[in-house]
Amino acid sequence: MFIATSVSSGTVVLVSAVFLASCVEMVEALTIVLAVGHTRGWRSAFEGTGVALLVLSALVAAFGPALVHVPLSILRLVVGGVLLIFGMQWLRKSILRATGLKAKHDEDAIYEETVATLRATGATPGRDRIAFVMAFKGVFLEGLEVIILVITLGTSSHRIGLAAAVAAVAVVLVALCGVVVAKQLSSVPENALKMSVGILLVTYGTFWSGEGLRVRWPGGDSMLLGLAGVYAIVTWLFVLALRREVGTRNAVTSA
Amino acid sequence: MSERPSAIARLVKGFGQFWWDFLVGDTPELFIAALVIIGVTALLSETGHFNGAAIVVLPVLAVLALATSLLRAVRFSRRK
Repeated sequence: MFIATSVSSGTVVLVSAVFLASCVEMVEALTIVLAVGHTRGWRSAFEGTGVALLVLSALVAAFGPALVHVPLSILRLVVGGVLLIFGMQWLRKSILRATGLKAKHDEDAIYEETVATLRATGATPGRDRIAFVMAFKGVFLEGLEVIILVITLGTSSHRIGLAAAVAAVAVVLVALCGVVVAKQLSSVPENALKMSVGILLVTYGTFWSGEGLRVRWPGGDSMLLGLAGVYAIVTWLFVLALRREVGTRNAVTSA
Repeated sequence: MSERPSAIARLVKGFGQFWWDFLVGDTPELFIAALVIIGVTALLSETGHFNGAAIVVLPVLAVLALATSLLRAVRFSRRK
């Protein structure tokens, strides 16, 4: 039987944004969990992770359905504003990292730092509370960011199920990669991922801020691809301009 | 002797701190810029050519906000 399917450009952008953002956040959480597991044992690492996932699930169950009752124009305006801020923050950071104006997010360095912190604190009798809290905080804080993105992106586009499923796939994939690569998470091209997510979040932020204020975008959802293209070109130009600035500065310093 | 804040007070403080870091953090200019972008677009809705103007103004202001924040970062790095 032939099943006709149509995938709108809005769906493509939604899936890409949720998947890439979830991957970036989960790599950060996994780095901490692996550091805790390797240093203080896997029991506390898994317990901290499990409890964090339970609390996150409870938060979704408590606040997720309530958002459905908020008028769509208000929801899209608020979500658009939040995504605009968050997206510009990510884009700014990734542009500065790509041009050398900010140190790259080094998972190996974070791993070593976490291991050093854990080794500095001696073992506690009974349950390892420090290891538990460290794993819990890592998973909870990074997971909270994923949940905010899933709820905001999913609710505003009426595809909360799809957004949650895509995030779950990303979490499982990153976890599997973690098992395979152990602690070599630095090989993940995190800045490129972050830059792509930044572009997509600013795209959604612009689109939904406009929809919340009753702007009718030409082409409807297709405009998401147009906006993403514009922001991608602008990002590339910013990177080129700042690389030139850094190059000139280095030449003056070494002269 | 000062009393330790209650669990609820710490929870509320932590919740507020999370949102502050999430939305403002070390880039307050981007937070303000987003409010300005939405405010300007809302003001445009009072004019006759709202839709056409908003389609251009929204992304242009977002790019300008990003450029301003990047310039601020460059200036800061020059001082170091």
